[in-house]
Formats: sequence, structure tokens, C-alpha cells
Amino acid sequence: MSSTLLPKPQMRGLLAKRLRFHIVGAIIASLGAAVLYKYGVSEPRKRAYADFYKDYDSMKDFEAMREAGVFESVQPKNS
Amino acid sequence: MLASRAFSLIGKRAISTSICLRGHAGVAKVEDFSLPNYIDRRDIPLPQLEYVRNLSAEQKALKEKEKASWSALSIDEKVGLYRIKFCETFAEMNRGSNEWKTVIGGMLFFFGFTALIVIWQRLYVYGPVPHTLSEEWVAMQTKRMLDMRVNPIEGFSAKWDYDKNEWKK
Repeated sequence: MSSTLLPKPQMRGLLAKRLRFHIVGAIIASLGAAVLYKYGVSEPRKRAYADFYKDYDSMKDFEAMREAGVFESVQPKNS
Repeated sequence: MLASRAFSLIGKRAISTSICLRGHAGVAKVEDFSLPNYIDRRDIPLPQLEYVRNLSAEQKALKEKEKASWSALSIDEKVGLYRIKFCETFAEMNRGSNEWKTVIGGMLFFFGFTALIVIWQRLYVYGPVPHTLSEEWVAMQTKRMLDMRVNPIEGFSAKWDYDKNEWKK
């Protein structure tokens, strides 16, 4: 047993301290996850769709697919 | 009638008490786990018994000294009294060990062993792979997927350059 006294440990407010630490951490983690998802996934996806449909000619795409022979309702033009 | 009345006032209580005091001795076996025990646990800081049950002569003398003023006890005597009452200190009972190394090592060893079993199974148990996984079939399948424009915005066909007829760089 040492003759020097140890510093008195914290006796009260332990739960409050733990709660504060974890609530702050939880808020930061959830907001961070939301922000990362929005700017890492949602925004690029919205931009990709917008760019695709900006100059999309659906009839041209349909004719190309028809020529490739993937449809059952229409045949390629020269058959 | 009168006798039973008198009996109920004095006798019954005496009789029932004596039965309780005798208990079920000789009828039910007393199991070890039902007796008070000593254990070193963080969540049971004050065990039901003192650790040392049979005190030596010195320890008995120490216990006598404990009945007097505690400030008269030296540090070593206080430690001696502690060791009579407890087996390990909190620091000793909470000490870490190297068991995790054995656990991880054993786990990895069995992963490796399982891998050998899986390889043997692939070679000696499984039959041939379906024809739809051959190179030619997969090529035909890929071409049809591109013709159908599978996922043209972010997925499969988005990676194909339809003008140059090749995969996008």
C-alpha cells in the first residue's frame, strides 16, 4: 500500500457524463452519415439520371433495340 | 374443545416454531451451491463469506487487534486483515490475460483446415459446371444484355460505349 494518497476519483454524475458523451457522438455520427450519403450517393445519382435524360431520344433507342432483335412484338425492319 | 382452544393459543405456535428450527435436516440434502460462498467478482464487491476460513494463530491475534482502534494498526496489519477477508484485489481479479492469442490462433488454424476441406470438396465431390457458364454462352448473354439496355443510366449498359462498340474506358 503506497503512503501517497491517490487523487479522489469522480464520485457523482457518472451517468450524466456518459450520456452527454454518447448523445453528442450519436448526433455527430448520424448527421455525418446522412451528409455523406446525400453528397456521396443521392446527388451523383440524381445528376446521372438528369444527364441521361437530357438528350435521350427514346424512339432512336427503341429502333436500335428492335434491330438487335430483343423484342417479341416487333421484328427487325429487314426480316 | 376447551383443550384445543388452549392448545391453539400456546401449543401450536411452539410446535410450528420448533419444526422450523429443526428444518428439513435428514430429509433434504443441502447442496453446495445453496450455501454461502466466497467469490471474486466486480459486481459482487462484498462476498457472503470471508476468504480465509481457518485462521492461523497470527491471524487470530490480528483479528483480536482489529477489535481495538484501527488507527493503531500498521499498514502491513491492515493488508493482512484484507487478505484474510479477500482472496484477490480488484486489480488482481481484473487483470488481463493472453488467452485472446490462443483463441485467435485456434480460430485461424481451423479456418485453414476448413479451407483444405472445401478445396477437396471442389475437386472430388462437385460435378462439372453448367454449360451456361462457358465463355461463348457468357459472351452471347452479355451481348443480349447490352442489346436490351440493361441498367443504361448507372449500371451495366452505362459502361458500354454504343457508338464505338466497346467498353467505356
